Amino acid sequence: MKKKALAAVAGICALGMMLGGCGSSGASNSSGDNIITAYNSEPQNSLIPGNTNETGGGKVGQLLFSNLVAFNSKGEAENEVADSITPNSDSTQYTIKLKDGWKFTDGTAVTAESFTKAWSYVANAKNAQKCSSFFSSIKGYDKLQDANSLKGTEQLEGLKVKDDKTFTVDLSAPDSVFPIKVGYLAFAPLPESFYKDTKAFGEKPVGNGPYKLDSWDHNKQIVLSKNADYKGSQKIANNGVTFKIYTSPDSAYADVQAGNLDVMDTVPSSNTKTFQSDPDVEAYNKAGSLIQTFTIPADLEHWKCDTEEGQLRRQALSMAINREQIVSKVLNGIGTVATDFTAPVIPGYSKDLKGSDNLKYNASKAKELWAKANAISQYDGKLTFSFNADGGAQPIYEAIVNSVNNTLGIQASVNAMPTFQEFRDAVSNRSIKGAFRTGWQPDYPSAENYLYQLYDTDAANGNGSNDGDYSNADVDKYLAQAAAATSDDKAIEYYHQAEEILLQQLPAIPLYYSNADGVAAKGVKNFAMDWQNQPIYEQMSK
Amino acid sequence: MGKYLLRRILQMIPVVLGTTLLVYALVFALPGDPVKAMFGDKPVNEAVAAQIRAEYNLDKPFIVQYLLFLKNALSLDFGNTFAGQPVIDEISRAFPVTLKLALMAFCFEAIFGCVFGAIAGLKKGKWYDTVILIVSLLLISVPTFVTGFVGQYFLGVKAHIFPVTAGSDPGFFDLLMPAMVLGSVSMAYIIRLARSEISSNISQDYVRTARAKGMSNTAVTFRHVLRNSMIPVVTYLGQDLGALMGGAMITEQIFNIHGIGYLTYQSILKGEANLVVSVVTLLTLVFVICNLLVDMLYAALDPRIRYA
Repeated sequence: MKKKALAAVAGICALGMMLGGCGSSGASNSSGDNIITAYNSEPQNSLIPGNTNETGGGKVGQLLFSNLVAFNSKGEAENEVADSITPNSDSTQYTIKLKDGWKFTDGTAVTAESFTKAWSYVANAKNAQKCSSFFSSIKGYDKLQDANSLKGTEQLEGLKVKDDKTFTVDLSAPDSVFPIKVGYLAFAPLPESFYKDTKAFGEKPVGNGPYKLDSWDHNKQIVLSKNADYKGSQKIANNGVTFKIYTSPDSAYADVQAGNLDVMDTVPSSNTKTFQSDPDVEAYNKAGSLIQTFTIPADLEHWKCDTEEGQLRRQALSMAINREQIVSKVLNGIGTVATDFTAPVIPGYSKDLKGSDNLKYNASKAKELWAKANAISQYDGKLTFSFNADGGAQPIYEAIVNSVNNTLGIQASVNAMPTFQEFRDAVSNRSIKGAFRTGWQPDYPSAENYLYQLYDTDAANGNGSNDGDYSNADVDKYLAQAAAATSDDKAIEYYHQAEEILLQQLPAIPLYYSNADGVAAKGVKNFAMDWQNQPIYEQMSK
Repeated sequence: MGKYLLRRILQMIPVVLGTTLLVYALVFALPGDPVKAMFGDKPVNEAVAAQIRAEYNLDKPFIVQYLLFLKNALSLDFGNTFAGQPVIDEISRAFPVTLKLALMAFCFEAIFGCVFGAIAGLKKGKWYDTVILIVSLLLISVPTFVTGFVGQYFLGVKAHIFPVTAGSDPGFFDLLMPAMVLGSVSMAYIIRLARSEISSNISQDYVRTARAKGMSNTAVTFRHVLRNSMIPVVTYLGQDLGALMGGAMITEQIFNIHGIGYLTYQSILKGEANLVVSVVTLLTLVFVICNLLVDMLYAALDPRIRYA
């Protein structure tokens, strides 16, 4: 009997040793090959540009595909595959000419059809692409939304191919930012091979960008190498980028410290206090494009945007928040106090718009305005602030509520919802009767992407991201005028006018811009981040 | 014995079925719409959302969804993840990694736990007994993530003794530190369990009788004291293998190990019922089988126990 027991124990141990013993570490990081290793999470979708709407896949897609335009480090659009993008007099039709010589990595040429067919594919609801609503401004989009009666191959009637290198785009309304929008990943061209087997393409996409995909080993790594046929304006300083998939940013940070990983585009919350003084890493921390706000529904009793009482209350609330303190004490300096509704890296940004004082901490003015509002209609001030607790927002909202309660002497409270999913569900069902967290990461660097998507009447009532259902005829008018403007300067003027109304009425209350922050290993050259809070992978080398 | 085994194996069927139903219901009851969450803060195209719902049967009532899952599962088709990967692929990638980690942690805690427990129990009151007791108390009171981060920073980043993270395809050496971290708390429990068992058995009547019969000290210690003290330890170890596999999540996050714990956590966040249910069912099977093995081992350790 004893022998049996011993044998059993021995057997289990032997099995363990056997399983444990096979294979050994291969995590070397030699600097000779000039391959940049980068942090990533597993893409949540297959790597089809029109179906990629989160950063895990977005980072990879942006290196694999080149669009009509590309954005430089200042966030300005420059022609990439496009030779020219010419609007008609009221910005409802664009004629797009392509440059010669662009090729996909399978050797086929990039033609006008590479764009028109790809855009129609994404717009066509039958194909269930998550970015399809980006094409809603193109004529014929509405006809492609009844999935049951479609085959998936129907084309957008607003896209017409003139010749191999020319096509025209008809829009259903004037849109002066269309030439910027086409820089978004979903507008990427696709080769013919895509339509033969979309599933296989999603696993191993073929693009025309600075890099080509060598392999995608799920949950492990995505290996990209330099595309020798790349014709664009980006200078590529390395031989490839290998995205390593991590289970948490904390483990990736430790690898950067140890020199096993070259770059990561985020800093785990446990390191925000120390990463800038950490001798083992190179830190980057500058204002980014992501704006953090909270929204109070526009028609909430006592807070109505179109009444004097509501505006006074919103201004009082905004002035009662000590943003400087929250950014320095709670965020450890990885944010920048908000002064408008867009972001500092967006062309046209201004920190001195009329009404930006409403975003500055001013306790006595806040009390005064609150009292004025109470004189119009008495209100107990029991406002709740809802947010998702899985994104680290809890300490921020507790600080806001403390600041507000101390200044105004009211009893606001926090309402933490466990997951992002549950929270977004409540937001989109309009079931939150109080303030709720909102944040916006732009898809392309234009004030339009913030203001129209978040505050225009067209985007309200579930048709877009105007979650507070704010509606103001003047804001709509200025945004429409900006969309039809013939010059960028003129458009920016209209955006400023729209923003000044927003600063007065505060449909959402801006808090801070999340910084673009990240770390690179020692010895990595040219580490910088772009308007999307992403490292500029192309220019890095070691 | 054979009959008993058969009965135990047949009992697994209702256990597994019950688990799938319960877990499926729990995931279904999670608040929030997984399809809407796929669009993040961006506008949801309802036509697209409806198609995704239809693809994953999310438009059907709960019981229909569950039965469809069960029907496919019987033909070993566990469905696809929201990313379009077959669930079975995801699991077969993650499971061996966690199994390897858990078995290493298991061996670590079993070997070191028993050895130190035996030393402490047999030599009660000596200085090394005190040291072992204090160290085990420390390990029990410090949470795994503290041991993990501290070990990672000092032994990995600073001293370069162990790899900082395990990464993809981890080998024995990559998993050594994570396994020790994962097994450390259980090891401390085993030390204390073994120590108290041994020290109480050593003063039992049958031990005195054995000595009186003239048996050598070694024979008494191994054949009587240690063997009798092993029963609670084996019970604990048997439970623990399952717990190590299911509870490796924190260790997996710290050391970048793409295992079952991380996979489950991610799929719960995304509301992927197929994946969660498949993984939990697998873990249930591990638990049930471990329990059965423990029961079999009892018979080997204690001749009085018989199965029929």
